[in-house]
Amino acid sequence: MSAPTFEEAKLQLGERLLRGRWLQGKYWRRLGIRLLIIYLPITALALVYTAPLIWLVSSSLKPEGQVFEYPPNFIPRSLEWINYPDALVQFPFIVTGLNTVTIVVGVLMGRLLTASLAAYGFARLRFPGRNVLFVLVLTTLMIPYHVILIPQYLIFRDLGWLNTLKPLIVPAWFGGGAFFIFLLRQFFMTIPREYDDAARIDGCGFIRVWWYIILPMSLPALGAVSIFTLMGEWNDFLAPLIYLNTPDKQTLAIAVEQWRRSGIIHGYKHQWNHIMAVSTVVTLPPLVVFFFAQRHFIQGVVISGIKG
Amino acid sequence: MSVDVAWSNRPWWRSKLRRQEVLAGYFTILPWILGFLIFVAGPILFSFYLSFSEYDILKPPKLIGLDNYHEMFEDRLFWQSLRVTTIYAAGAVPLAVVVGYLLALMLNQKVGGLSFWRTAFYVPAIVPVLAVSYLFAWIFNPDIGLVNGLLRQVGVEGPPWFASRQWVLPTFMIMELWAAGGGMVLYLAALQGVPSSLYDAAKVDGANAWRRFWHVTLPMTTPVIFFQFLIGLIASFQLFTGPFLVTQGGPANASLFYVLYLYRNGWKYFNMGYASALAWVLVVIILVFTLLSFRVARRVVYYESEEP
Repeated sequence: MSAPTFEEAKLQLGERLLRGRWLQGKYWRRLGIRLLIIYLPITALALVYTAPLIWLVSSSLKPEGQVFEYPPNFIPRSLEWINYPDALVQFPFIVTGLNTVTIVVGVLMGRLLTASLAAYGFARLRFPGRNVLFVLVLTTLMIPYHVILIPQYLIFRDLGWLNTLKPLIVPAWFGGGAFFIFLLRQFFMTIPREYDDAARIDGCGFIRVWWYIILPMSLPALGAVSIFTLMGEWNDFLAPLIYLNTPDKQTLAIAVEQWRRSGIIHGYKHQWNHIMAVSTVVTLPPLVVFFFAQRHFIQGVVISGIKG
Repeated sequence: MSVDVAWSNRPWWRSKLRRQEVLAGYFTILPWILGFLIFVAGPILFSFYLSFSEYDILKPPKLIGLDNYHEMFEDRLFWQSLRVTTIYAAGAVPLAVVVGYLLALMLNQKVGGLSFWRTAFYVPAIVPVLAVSYLFAWIFNPDIGLVNGLLRQVGVEGPPWFASRQWVLPTFMIMELWAAGGGMVLYLAALQGVPSSLYDAAKVDGANAWRRFWHVTLPMTTPVIFFQFLIGLIASFQLFTGPFLVTQGGPANASLFYVLYLYRNGWKYFNMGYASALAWVLVVIILVFTLLSFRVARRVVYYESEEP
């Protein structure tokens, strides 16, 4: 059959269009209903949810005069990047930022090592009292942090560790927390035992199985633990508030809050664009991690949220 | 709990291999056991002892029997903090669950660009508390805030939000709702996990959309809803950072959350004994709520593996 002429093609197209579903009222009604009950509310809600975030970033870039303008303006007319250095030099940003990073890294290393080690023992090795001890792990999940806060404070005071980062890091090196042991154990249980057996036959000891077999196969779970640790430690406020007193030892969050409060106490208000610039800086690390590891992030939330 | 596999009849110490395994097993959980004894069990016992003592950190603790608990009964601020926390939990937790679930339901309607919408709703949930607190303190500032500014545009004089006793708790609830995207991710995963065969069967039986939701979707997702509810409840009884940063418990103690009051007693007035007693009341409250929730859950929550 030869190719249709232009006229024939036009006719065919017209016919198809005439028979097309878009001519039927049902199609339009459905589309209209979908737009009305799904896309319209979603768009409206998404605007409401993102508006504060946009306000945060846009205010941080406004010159002082534009901050309180009416009607409120979400898009700054000029970008005042100078707000950022101006705000960050008003308190020990570098020192306290490094302190926070030290805590995050210290806790992360201790937790990944000791929690995964314990989880491996609970998931794989048989020893008397294992099940009772694991129930004990689960029981400690229910204990609110605040009931052990005061005695822990007294312990660290007697050790002379007040105003050091140790009280915030060292406990994580002792098992890393019941929740994470549980999370990792659940994940380790899904790894087929054949891998362990193969390594054992090749002469691998129990601890080497953990290091060379289990850990490399658990990267998603270890990633979830890392993300939670980053978020948790970045947000931690009460413990650093209690343990750290001098500016050179404080965490970023505490230093920021003291800077803000000093403004309130001394009668002059810090400019809101500066406060928003600092808030944006504080928001940046979790946000960057989220966008680079989005899939793992949501996967991690889901793994732990359902199983934890 | 896991079931031990293949325990042989021979006691473990008779076989070299099993001896090694038991040794390795205790080695893996050693850090956790030490941590449990030093940082959990010991502190809990000591905190129990402190709750029956008077202790100002300088003089050694002195046993005073039930005096701390008696004092609590007459402490107006204790009851105030309990009331504030209960009202907040009763409002914020169901609201956050409902909003998060509705968002998930909406996104589960085969919408285009799912990951875009999911990101838009989820990102607020990962903004650090510090930034959220400053941002909301400003947005909901009665005079210079964005919300009342926008309301003024349409001729409405907005409420005083954080600055008034009636509005401060609802405003904290709104702040909590901004993070509802965290729960949404979990509900969405649960919704997507509902087998489509169940919907097909329901359709064959003539169930309309509403009945499919009520008899299939909702029962299949109750475990996640229940879990989020419980976690939310426990978290709101331990809420500290947001109120500490935004209102410090004001105005007139209208947002004096429980842990805020505990912190004040422990580290502002150095009534460590009284603070420990407060912590133990918190333990009991959380325990009661947890047990109650599990009782209710037995009737309401549907677990797939269970026979009806």
